[in-house]
Amino acid sequence: MAMHHHVIENGSVSEVTGLISQIILAIPFICALIIYITALIVSEKRGREWRVYRTIFMVSGSLISLSAVVGPLAIKAHSDFIYHMLNHLLLGMLGPLLMVLAAPMTLILRALSVKKAKRVTKILNSTYAQFITNPIVASLLNVGGLGVLYMTNLYNMMHHSLLLHVFIHIHVFLAGYLFTISMIYIDPTPHRRSYLYRTIVFIFALAGHGMLAKQIYANSPAGVPVDQAQTGGMLMYYGGDVVDAVIITILFYQWYQSTAPKQAIKTRALS
Amino acid sequence: MIRRNIWAGVLFGIGGIAFIDEFVFHQLLQWHHFYDKSTTEVGILSDGLFHAFSWFATIGGLFLLADLNRRQSYQARRWWGGVLIGVGAFQLYDGVIQHKLMRIHQIRYVDHVIIYDLVWNMVAVVILVIGVLMVRRSKSNKKTKES
Repeated sequence: MAMHHHVIENGSVSEVTGLISQIILAIPFICALIIYITALIVSEKRGREWRVYRTIFMVSGSLISLSAVVGPLAIKAHSDFIYHMLNHLLLGMLGPLLMVLAAPMTLILRALSVKKAKRVTKILNSTYAQFITNPIVASLLNVGGLGVLYMTNLYNMMHHSLLLHVFIHIHVFLAGYLFTISMIYIDPTPHRRSYLYRTIVFIFALAGHGMLAKQIYANSPAGVPVDQAQTGGMLMYYGGDVVDAVIITILFYQWYQSTAPKQAIKTRALS
Repeated sequence: MIRRNIWAGVLFGIGGIAFIDEFVFHQLLQWHHFYDKSTTEVGILSDGLFHAFSWFATIGGLFLLADLNRRQSYQARRWWGGVLIGVGAFQLYDGVIQHKLMRIHQIRYVDHVIIYDLVWNMVAVVILVIGVLMVRRSKSNKKTKES
């Protein structure tokens, strides 16, 4: 029981792990799923087809993200750092990746009226959107945010404050989503960066993620037992590798398609 | 296109050997340790960057190969020469700089690790030399054909 020391000691824990926190964190994902399905219905009514696999990506991405904030996994994550790290992979990496592959913005733009779609496009074109979808900014928000969480006392504080708990979890998801859309272009992306630019930034981001994982292994975050920090650090290291390998493959596949010699494009069009 | 064959090979070689290092020496044999307390700070940086880079090199190298193939300009000897250069160079960097100077981890945690170091680095040099020779030969072949 020594492991759960910091949890038992504090009275406000039931509040942090409790129903309220789970409901608050579940609402955005459920809303996103409802919006997606509504957009899907509207778009199909207008006679525009939508690939089934995109919908599957959205449903699985939402469910995976939800599983990290609601239910047994979410509750376990409060007392066990290994589960916390598993949730971090699901909420900050795998869930966002699947949802990016679902091309939600494309679907929403199709479902909206021309006037409203223009308004949304205007937001996507804004300087603010340009700023946060810059690969460097997105990487700093993502890996830098994790650095602050694990290298300071923030991780410990998160277990005692509902507000911090909710804020950090939303940040982890959004930063993961932002990072993914800054690297691979599935939805309309007004401010495009070259493949080389994205590759170089990505290498540093992945390196930062790996170094942080080793730091966690070497120096346990405040309040985390050594064995949990070691297993959690390794999970972060290798789990991050696996998800990032998928993003890298998509990035290079897009490069491969974009540099196709004209002859190859012709043969593909004919076949 | 000639250079591209070599570079595609070098990248795949670096990525491939890093992958084999991880799979064989970390996971299967468990000789290498995930973290060694004597690692220098530069070592942590170097390890992080090379680990990340190797993922890109493996996947990117394969896409470059596919691109060469699509353009019908794949040249086996140059590509394989490049692979061996990548493998040898990375193995040598890993064996001399990362293991010995930066002390990221040792090859194996036993007495007389120096024997492991010697074999490791000699293998690296041999692979590197074969790779360079293959690339050189493919170039001189081309020259004699042209003249």
